[in-house]
Amino acid sequence: MEHIELFFKSIFIDNMVFATFLGMCSYLAVSKKVSTAVGLGAAVIFVLAITVPLNWLLDQYLLQPGALKWLGAEYIDYDLSFLSFIMFIATIATMVQLVEIVVEKFSPSLYNSLGIFLPLIAVNCAILGGSLFMQSREIPTLGLATVYGVGSGIGWFLAILAIAAIREKIRYSNVPPALRGLGITFIITGLMAIGFMSFGGMLTGGDEEAKSETKTAVVVDEKVEETIVSNASETTEAKEEKVLANNIKVNE
Amino acid sequence: MSLKSKLHILKRKYRSSKMAPAFNALHTFLYLPNETTHGGTHIKAADDLKRTMNTVIMAMVPCLIFGMFNAGYQHNVAFGEIQAVTAGLFSPEFWTLDNFLIGFWKILPLVIVSYGVGLGIEFLFAIIKKHEVEEGYLVTGMLVPLIVPVDIPLWMLAVAVAFGVVIGKEVFGGTGMNILNPALTIRAFLFFAYPTWMSGDKVWVEGAVKRTEEIAAGANLDAISGETILGSLAQGKEAGYSVMDMFFGFIPGSVGETSTLLILLGGLFLVFAKIGSWRIMLSSVLGAIVMGLIFNQVVDSGWITESSKFYGLMSTTWWHHLLIGGFAFGTVFMATDPVTASQTNKGKWIYGFLVGFISIMIRVFNPAYPEGVMLAILLMNVFAPTIDHYVVQGNVKKRKKRLKVKSI
Repeated sequence: MEHIELFFKSIFIDNMVFATFLGMCSYLAVSKKVSTAVGLGAAVIFVLAITVPLNWLLDQYLLQPGALKWLGAEYIDYDLSFLSFIMFIATIATMVQLVEIVVEKFSPSLYNSLGIFLPLIAVNCAILGGSLFMQSREIPTLGLATVYGVGSGIGWFLAILAIAAIREKIRYSNVPPALRGLGITFIITGLMAIGFMSFGGMLTGGDEEAKSETKTAVVVDEKVEETIVSNASETTEAKEEKVLANNIKVNE
Repeated sequence: MSLKSKLHILKRKYRSSKMAPAFNALHTFLYLPNETTHGGTHIKAADDLKRTMNTVIMAMVPCLIFGMFNAGYQHNVAFGEIQAVTAGLFSPEFWTLDNFLIGFWKILPLVIVSYGVGLGIEFLFAIIKKHEVEEGYLVTGMLVPLIVPVDIPLWMLAVAVAFGVVIGKEVFGGTGMNILNPALTIRAFLFFAYPTWMSGDKVWVEGAVKRTEEIAAGANLDAISGETILGSLAQGKEAGYSVMDMFFGFIPGSVGETSTLLILLGGLFLVFAKIGSWRIMLSSVLGAIVMGLIFNQVVDSGWITESSKFYGLMSTTWWHHLLIGGFAFGTVFMATDPVTASQTNKGKWIYGFLVGFISIMIRVFNPAYPEGVMLAILLMNVFAPTIDHYVVQGNVKKRKKRLKVKSI
């Protein structure tokens, strides 16, 4: 039951894109066509499903305060949690490389369709975010960590799939020139987040304790503010996006 | 000189100026222009955008008028002026001029603000962007007053309408380009920006908020409250209304959403006028029934105890879900919006089913938002292009296969 609950929570309620706005760079850059978006989304699910449990093991047996207990009693005071970032990033980069090699060897067609996106996943903040959330939310077991990784990946996949379809649909819309491209995408993302807010505060368990109830209520409030702020600041964002869009063009 | 010829002269005078779209729009809206286009190929069809929009508005007018009566009736009942209805649909307590006038003077400003702000922005954008004014706002402007609580302050409504029209529609290029239903965007904005004015037990009855303030100031009066059925069920209380009251609409709620009977009539009218999609309406009702039945099964098999906070809404009989809250209104008038719904027929079935399914799910599982229909439709609006994409791709694949078989 708690596996199912965590699964739906990580897909809908704590959606990587719409609740925490993580992984925005590739979300915005690769969402022009549905087919590529699906490829990247699948790769993100895959990598998250591998790295989150791996990092859980690292966290549990290496990084947490007192995690080195298994080496002997004298190591019990060690606290290596300041190494979390570098360890997690290293794991992610290694895993992405490994996945790339394996995919290239065994399924060249998938490898070709993913192209540059597969190595790019190493720097996708949703991936690192998944591991860090796993650490800060103190997910208790390896099974739950795997479920959390897969769920977060599916949530991200759904988000990029939906926005890719929307961007294909509005390709012929008469969007004001100043907003074309990234500007309108940011606005769409804000509006989509409103749609996803329907799940905010939704509890799938049934009889939870009062403690967690208040916790979710706070989360809902924060989300409300966040979305409103993000909507309000969209005009300023639009300007920044133009700069960003120019940069991307230069890069291309 | 008649207004028509005056308008005509004005239109001529401003023909090449920036203001031209505004005069053209007024002229087309009030009269049928007697100009015809020359040259080229034209499609002549009676059901242009203006007529489509007007048909939808006609379907909504009964709800609006009923809403006026209901607003006054709820006010009078809550303040103890009259008794609750006893004699079914034609109860003499309900259809009084007094009820109507209270509601009329409360709801007319909502309609005026909604149309004034929305059309003002539409005209402004048309003049800036130098295109003709589009009729798209006619329906939205009518929907908005029907889906807000009667006591909403007018400035909030104006802010929300401005947000909904600009961010929800105009940035995408105007009518027909938006991805979320503008009326629902407006309601969602109100809901998340001013939650105290969109839920609770005070806003649904005209004057209740004012009464609360008076009591807080020290006046010796009885507190007034009128909770919606969903609100009381979410708190685990009894609804306290009979099924017939729910069906005819003698219950507190947003202005136009209470009377399932009139919404049903409006829906039938839309289906027969071939404007609303019966596929979406039917599949959405099906989705709601399936979810309602699942929840009833959960309660029957004893998986959930009476102490659970979901018990009140989960144990609601499945077909009651169709009558209470905004479900009927959302299904008939909002989910069927041709712009934001799925465009393909197969997609419409999926889209509608999920709208019904998710709205009941949110209603039950999310005590913070008992009105799940709005959010469910918004969520499905987000996913409608995805559904369409896969339906179209599936078709392409099928036809390619057929082609292969034939060519072999």
